[in-house]
Amino acid sequence: MSDATKHLLENLNALAAGLFLLTGFGIVATRQARGCLNLFIAQSLLLAASAALLGLRYNSAHLYGVALVNLVSKPIIVPWLLRRTSPAGIYTRREIDQVLNIPTALLIAMALAVGSYFVGIPLAKAVGPDVRGPNVPIGIAVLLLGAFTLTVRREALPLLIGLLAMENGAFLAGIAIARDLGMLVELAIATDGLIIVFIMGVLVRAVQKQVGTTAVGDLASLKEGSPEAAADEALL
Amino acid sequence: MAERVLFNLLQVAVVLIFAPLASGVLSRLKEMVQSKRGPSMFQPYRDLWKLFHKDEIVSEDSSWIFRFTPYIVFVTPIFVALLIPVLTSYPLFFAFMGDMLGAGFVLALGGFFATLAAVDTANPYGPVGASRTRMVGFLAEPVFMIVFFTVSFVAGSTIPYIVQQKWVTPLANFFAPSHVLLVLAFIMLILAEGGRIPVDNPTGHFELAMIDESKSLEYSGRGFALVKWGGQMKLFVLLCVLLNVLVTPWGLAAGQSYGAVLLAIPLVLFKVFCFLLVLVVIESSLSKLRLFRIAEFLGAALITSVAAMMTQIFLP
Repeated sequence: MSDATKHLLENLNALAAGLFLLTGFGIVATRQARGCLNLFIAQSLLLAASAALLGLRYNSAHLYGVALVNLVSKPIIVPWLLRRTSPAGIYTRREIDQVLNIPTALLIAMALAVGSYFVGIPLAKAVGPDVRGPNVPIGIAVLLLGAFTLTVRREALPLLIGLLAMENGAFLAGIAIARDLGMLVELAIATDGLIIVFIMGVLVRAVQKQVGTTAVGDLASLKEGSPEAAADEALL
Repeated sequence: MAERVLFNLLQVAVVLIFAPLASGVLSRLKEMVQSKRGPSMFQPYRDLWKLFHKDEIVSEDSSWIFRFTPYIVFVTPIFVALLIPVLTSYPLFFAFMGDMLGAGFVLALGGFFATLAAVDTANPYGPVGASRTRMVGFLAEPVFMIVFFTVSFVAGSTIPYIVQQKWVTPLANFFAPSHVLLVLAFIMLILAEGGRIPVDNPTGHFELAMIDESKSLEYSGRGFALVKWGGQMKLFVLLCVLLNVLVTPWGLAAGQSYGAVLLAIPLVLFKVFCFLLVLVVIESSLSKLRLFRIAEFLGAALITSVAAMMTQIFLP
């Protein structure tokens, strides 16, 4: 492989990683549950693209496997599972109030991303001189953005997608660091992700059935355990 | 030397002549998408011709700023056309008079006077539009700064003629994440600064919802023609910066001969047409944002530009 081709592949991989970061920001800020899911699908496709490009660059059949697993499990099976398990109205839901307003959330997300660069670059250097490109810092950034999504969103589906975005971020950093991890590990992780989706979908359906909403941010206090209810019962 | 001055003036002429055509083609394409009949794509020329032959009415209570502003709005894009590559890929006579930041400041001067003129006549809609434009402006400012500084960091210069070569030599640089993300951020900026659809509706006639248009409500006759033409040229100049400096520095004249430079005119117009197609897709598939969501749109632009900066500058 000529140097020019290598350079091109590295740049394309970096481009996939950069767009991956953008989708991470999008998941923090999108109001529509449907848009959030679409962004997650785009993010998984970009992850698969990054894995395939790195596989081409380093001639690693294992990375092709990672790309394939990601291509099948996340963009196809996850939405299908969600549609089967979670209540139908969940896709049309909009979040009216997040914990923070969107510009503030975006600014904090930006700070997280910049911070993860300061963590990620020394980390990538410590792994070895061979680990170049923005995969490790961007992976860590999306991991943190996913965690941030979990703290600021109040609707069930975006929360689940934040969790899955964390996994995507860890994957993106992982494929750059460990190019020859056992295939079994990848498959196990992918299956784990699907089981998480399944359980969460069923849980959301149960929540919807019990309390009639999927805005889980409002479910801060237990109905029976609240002091007012206890006082009422004492009176009776 | 004389040739370079001549080519520089030719660039100005191209911007002057084809800017109305670009906005005419844009509105024609939008009408085709919306299945409307609509006027021909040469309508902006007819509008300008008509306006130049009409009487101009100026309010007695307005000051010199109101009379002076159309000329400034008209002249500032022409100044910028002297600085940026419109037709040639080598620097022309005035190229080193100012860099991209200078061009940005010159364009901002026009915007500043348009704002003052809108407040000047005490028309109730003018100040509303002016304050909204300032809001969009100050939200767009940091994005402009980050885009320009990242570009100049990559190229080691802020002169647009030097910058344009960096993204395509070697060609792999074209796909660098910083380049693609910068282009995305800059397109968002053009949408915001040009008053295009997710931020402002350029064809809207409802005064309360106007952002850009309401500043020129009080103008008539020749003054209105100059303001209108200036706005069209501003969009054309921004498109030239995007296409010739940031996205596709191909098709520009490399040779010094008249033939090469004249051949560059249709090529540049073709590039502008291709981008107008993209713009039509954007404008037809999105709806205008509510005023307070513009901050979110420009926040997204800021995030994109910061991501571009991070992928470029922070990497070892």
